[in-house]
Amino acid sequence: MTTEQALASDLRRSSTAPLLEVQDLQTHFFTRRGVVRAVNGVSFNLMPGETLGLVGESGSGKTITCLSLLRLLPRGARIVGGQVLFQGENTLELSEKEMERLRGVRMGMILQNSMAALDPVFSIGTQIAEPLAVHSGLSWKAAMERSIDLLRMVKITAPHLRVRNYPHEMSGGMRQRASSAASIGPYPDLLIADEPTTALDVTTQRQYLELLKELQQQTGMALIFITHDISIVGNLCDNLAVFYGGLVVEYGPKDQVLNHPTHPYTEALLEALPVLGEKRERLRTIQGDPPNAGNLPGGCPFHPRCDKAMDRCSEGGPPPIFNARNLQRTRCWLVE
Amino acid sequence: MIDSSAPTAGDVIIESRNAVKHFVIKTGLMNSRTAGVVRAVDDVSFTIHEGETFALVGESGCGKSTMANLILKLLDPTSGEILYRGASLADMPSQDVKNYRRNVQAVLQDPYGALNPRMRVGHIIGEPLEVHGVGRDDREERVTAALQSVGLPPWVQSQFPHEFSGGQRQRIGVARALTLNPDLIVLDEPVSSLDVSIRSQVLNLLKDIQDERGISYILISHDLASVEHMSHTIGVMYLGKLVELGDAELTCSQPQHPYTASLVAAATPPGTTPNWPIPIVGEVPSALETPSGCSFHPRCPYAMPVCSRETPELAPTEDGRMVACHLYPDEIRNIDKQAPVAIASTAAAGNV
Repeated sequence: MTTEQALASDLRRSSTAPLLEVQDLQTHFFTRRGVVRAVNGVSFNLMPGETLGLVGESGSGKTITCLSLLRLLPRGARIVGGQVLFQGENTLELSEKEMERLRGVRMGMILQNSMAALDPVFSIGTQIAEPLAVHSGLSWKAAMERSIDLLRMVKITAPHLRVRNYPHEMSGGMRQRASSAASIGPYPDLLIADEPTTALDVTTQRQYLELLKELQQQTGMALIFITHDISIVGNLCDNLAVFYGGLVVEYGPKDQVLNHPTHPYTEALLEALPVLGEKRERLRTIQGDPPNAGNLPGGCPFHPRCDKAMDRCSEGGPPPIFNARNLQRTRCWLVE
Repeated sequence: MIDSSAPTAGDVIIESRNAVKHFVIKTGLMNSRTAGVVRAVDDVSFTIHEGETFALVGESGCGKSTMANLILKLLDPTSGEILYRGASLADMPSQDVKNYRRNVQAVLQDPYGALNPRMRVGHIIGEPLEVHGVGRDDREERVTAALQSVGLPPWVQSQFPHEFSGGQRQRIGVARALTLNPDLIVLDEPVSSLDVSIRSQVLNLLKDIQDERGISYILISHDLASVEHMSHTIGVMYLGKLVELGDAELTCSQPQHPYTASLVAAATPPGTTPNWPIPIVGEVPSALETPSGCSFHPRCPYAMPVCSRETPELAPTEDGRMVACHLYPDEIRNIDKQAPVAIASTAAAGNV
């Protein structure tokens, strides 16, 4: 890391304007069977250098939210409302060409399955160097040299040899690190990691998450973690956003959300999981199943499974955002 | 020890006696050349008692699923033997094998793949009964009873698997395993593919069934927290070998093997300090090139010269648990478990 990068990293952190502002984002899928409201009014802010955890079950809208930020939605999905301000610029109004530049340089994404994210017919070095040569204007030779540095940054030993390896010649953990090297290559301001550890072994997960944190400290980038397992990632985040039924039902600083959850769903989720070293005779269960985004219940999407549900919970639209405690916000009538 | 610990008074249901399973990897023209031997299960011995939950934990590729397949008699051991109530599976007469398959059932990891999408739920659950010659009238009754014990209404029998959510499907899988009143169920990662909010439903259900019927479980999992919650005894596997064996709570609170300690450290919730915090380094080496001596030595912060030469035997320690590590019985006394440890080998730290 050069002094220039270090300076840039400090500069990023010292800024007080949010890097990303998501306001009432709505992304719907238009299918033959009807409209699937996958993201149904999501709002959050992200400061430069901040780590935000998006926690939720499958189908809760966390991945679609992030794909909406990158405007890389699958077919049939459309952003129908809201605003995404990235460094003050509304990305929803950018042309595809401008968006491409943004994705290549200022935003990066790490996918769940590194085997699928890497192309099996190109060497690791080529795949890391390509975006650098395209977007950062480096010569191919310089880009290849940079990819060796990047492999070193993600703790791959003998990077000058590994750079010529193909994905199948690496282990799962190494591949995940190599694909992260490709994502952080242009030193993006924002890195989105979509369940980056799901395909890894328990023991490798920790190592990998610590590596990501270290990379963040070096580059000063902001990090969004998407996860279904609050226990693994919780501690690495500054803030947590809990997703349910296409909404952020609870948002706040990690310690407050983990220790004093204000939404019944967050609370139940934290008590439903066995914790190592804690003797629990019975685990708390959440009745029923997660909702189908194509058929969301009226009112609060959690009300059919909530043991504190009241009459008003099933009426009208979802509950508005209430301020629960300083900086902790909840979509639950109980907090009103 | 608390009363939920291993009911040692119960009869031994399954015994694995020095079980070995090797897979020979062939390459070349017409598979003429032997590329290597994967020692998926290498000299593993343990016993499982009635009403006990025995967990096998370890990283992927450690041989825990192969061990399950040996117990299910889907594979035959290369050497050693598996005994069911004292009788070896290898020379069991075919009538007894059928009886064995009735008594030992499995619930698999992926509830989407485990249920035939073209069969109605009633048929899926009733099929084992049909195979084992239970009459039609009796069958219906037992299917309804099995559904009831997993908390599903009788009318779901006429539906197809795709009409159910993941948690419900896994319960259908459990119901199918229950119809023949088995005395052992092999649970291969029963909740890892389920959504977090419904995992506890299935774990509680499995515990209730055990309390009611006294069934034994073999739980295969990489999630130590749910293993600690569910099981009485834990066996920790690393590259085909059992490196630690003992009471579940003790194993999780006071691990003996450095590998177990690092697994526990990796699963410890943030904010609490484990009893023996060993950071895990590197990854599991390829099963084709297992390290000499103790196969964990390249990743172990306490590795001594002897560790790369001799394979440690699984031997009892002071509190009656078993561990396969050269630190026992003497060296371990000199180790300050809270002291920070240096990463043993740089090769292991980066990539193996």
